[in-house]
Amino acid sequence: MNLALRDIRHHLGRFLMTAVGLGLLLGVVLSMIGIYRGLVADALGLVRAPGAEIWVVETGTRGPFAEGSRIPGDTRESIARLAGVTETGSMTFQSLEATHRDRKLRLQVVGYEPGRLGGPPAIAEGRGLARSRFEIVADVKTGLVVGERIGLGGDVFTVAGTTRDAVSSGGDPVVWMALRDSQVLQFRLSPAPARREAARGPVVSGAPDTINAVVARVAADASIEAVVEAAKRWKHLAAMTEDEQEAILTRSVVEKARQQIGLFTTVLLTVSTVIIALIIYTMTMDKIREIATLKLIGAPDGRIVGLIVQQALALGLIGFSVGASLIASVKDFFPRRVVMLPEDAASLGLVVIVVCLVASGLGVRLALRVDPATALGG
Amino acid sequence: MTIDTPRPLVECRALAKHFGEGETRVDALRAVDLELWPGEVVGLLGPSGSGKTTLLNLIGCIVEPSAGTLCLDGETVWEGKWLRPDLRRLRLEKIGFIFQFHNLLPFLDVSENVALVLDMAGVARADTFARAHELLDYLEVGHRKTAKPSSLSGGEAQRVAIARALANRPRIILADEPTAALDGERAGIVMNLLRKVAVEHSATVVVVTHDEKIWNRFDRIFHLRDGRIASIGTL
Repeated sequence: MNLALRDIRHHLGRFLMTAVGLGLLLGVVLSMIGIYRGLVADALGLVRAPGAEIWVVETGTRGPFAEGSRIPGDTRESIARLAGVTETGSMTFQSLEATHRDRKLRLQVVGYEPGRLGGPPAIAEGRGLARSRFEIVADVKTGLVVGERIGLGGDVFTVAGTTRDAVSSGGDPVVWMALRDSQVLQFRLSPAPARREAARGPVVSGAPDTINAVVARVAADASIEAVVEAAKRWKHLAAMTEDEQEAILTRSVVEKARQQIGLFTTVLLTVSTVIIALIIYTMTMDKIREIATLKLIGAPDGRIVGLIVQQALALGLIGFSVGASLIASVKDFFPRRVVMLPEDAASLGLVVIVVCLVASGLGVRLALRVDPATALGG
Repeated sequence: MTIDTPRPLVECRALAKHFGEGETRVDALRAVDLELWPGEVVGLLGPSGSGKTTLLNLIGCIVEPSAGTLCLDGETVWEGKWLRPDLRRLRLEKIGFIFQFHNLLPFLDVSENVALVLDMAGVARADTFARAHELLDYLEVGHRKTAKPSSLSGGEAQRVAIARALANRPRIILADEPTAALDGERAGIVMNLLRKVAVEHSATVVVVTHDEKIWNRFDRIFHLRDGRIASIGTL
C-alpha cells in the first residue's frame, strides 16, 4: 500500500499547485540552460556558415570574431596557391546599426565574394547574390522581406533572399553582401575625414582592398595542419583550423555569458532546493500526528521515510515535467534562440532527483524524531 | 493429558518510571505490580498526573521503564533493558491501540486504514482487504468501507479504529479515552464492542478514562494516585 500516493491523492489540488509553482522555477532553470546553448549555437553558426576548414587572419590576433583582423585583399590568391587548398574566399565582418521603417536595426554584416566560400549556408526564400553590387541576403530576424530596399552606409541595397537562424554571438541577425560593398561600408571614410586624409598625402578614393579573413577548404587527401603551418610562414598572417576558431569563440566570446548563466543556474537550483526542502518540511509538519500514529501501530522507519522521500520525488518530477513542457512550448517566443537538448533535460532531471533527495532530508529528520506517544491524547 | 495453566497477558512487576535526575527527578510511576488476564476489560482511573497514561505507555512499549519487569503475552519484553530490538514489530504483533480521537489516517479510506496494519505485518494484499472487510462487518461499519475518515460520525470512526486495533489479532488492546468524544449511547456501544472483543478473542482490554458513565463497564478498576495503584475496584 503506497502511502505517499494516497496522501498526494488526498491533497491533490494543493500538491499540484505546489508542483506547478516549482515547475515554473525549474522552467526558468531549464530556459537558462537553453539560452546558453542558443548563445553557443548562434556564435558557432557564424563560424560554421562558410563551411571552411581553415581561417587565415592578421598575425598576432585571434580574429575575426574575438579580435579585429585586417589583412590585404590579395591574401586569398596567396592562400589559394598553397598545396592542398581547393577553395578559398575573402570575408569581412562588421556590426552596424541602421534605421529601417523608423526602427533601429542592429545587423552583423558579412562580406564575401559571390561564387566563392563565405556565403550564406542556405537560402530560405528568394535567391543568393546575383549582382556584383547593392544586393543583400538577410536573415528573417531582420524583418526584411525579399525585394525590400534598405539604406546602409549611404548606399541603398535590395534584399535578394532571406535565411533562417543566422545571427551573431551578440544575437544580431546576419546580412550577407558582396565583398566590395562590405569593404566600402567598413573602410570608406565619410567626407570630412576623407578630406583630412587627402590633405595628408596621396588621394584616397573609395575603400582600400582590405579584408578581415580568408577562409579555405583543403582536399580530402591533404593535411589541414600542413596547410595551416604553410600559411603561418607569411609573417603578417595567422592561421587556424575551424576547431581552433570555434574554441576561441566559445572560450573568449561566450565564456563570460556561460559563467554568468552558470552562476545564475546554480543560484536557481539552490533556491529550488531550499523551496523543495521547505515544502517537504511543511508537508511533514502537517502529518506529525499521522506519523506518530504510524509509529505507534508498528510502521517501520523505512515506510515513513518512503512516504516523505516518494512525495519529494513526485513533487520534483512533476515540477520538472511542468517546467520542461512549459519551456518547450514557449521557447520560440524568446527574443534569442533557446536550444533544448535532450541530454540537458536529462541532466537537469537527474539534478532534480538529487535535489529532492537532499531536500527531503529535513522532513525525514523531523519524521524520525516524532515521538509515537504524540499520537495519544488530545 | 495436560492442562494449560492460565497466564496473564500483561504482567508488571515493580514497574517504575521516573523522568529527570537529582532535584528535577519526577517519579511518574512507582513500583507497580499488575496482572491482566484474557477476557478482562479493565479501567485505569485517576486524576491528571497520577501515572495512568505513563502506565499505558509502558505497557504499550512506547516509553522505556526505569525499573522492574514487563511481560506481554508470556514474553518478558523489559527487564533492565528492552529484550526485543524492534519495538515497533513487537507492538505490531502483540498490541492494538485505540485513541481518543480515533487517529485514522485521513488519506486512506476506511478499509485501507484497517488493511494497513496487515500490510505492514506482511500479509498478502488480497488477504489484507478480506480480513479488513470481515472486521468492518463484524463491527457493523462494513457499509462505510470506501468512505474517508472525515465523512464518518464519531461512533463510526471509533468502530473503524477498533477494527484497525484488532486487525492483526493482538491479544492486548490499549485504549486511551476511547469514549471521551462520544455521547452516552455511543460510548455504551463502544464499550460493548470492547467487551465482545475481549471475550471472543481472549484479549485483555486496558482503558484509560475519566469518563464516569463507563465505569460500570469494567471488570476491574485500577485507581492510580501519585504513581501508585491506590486501590483496585471490581464490579
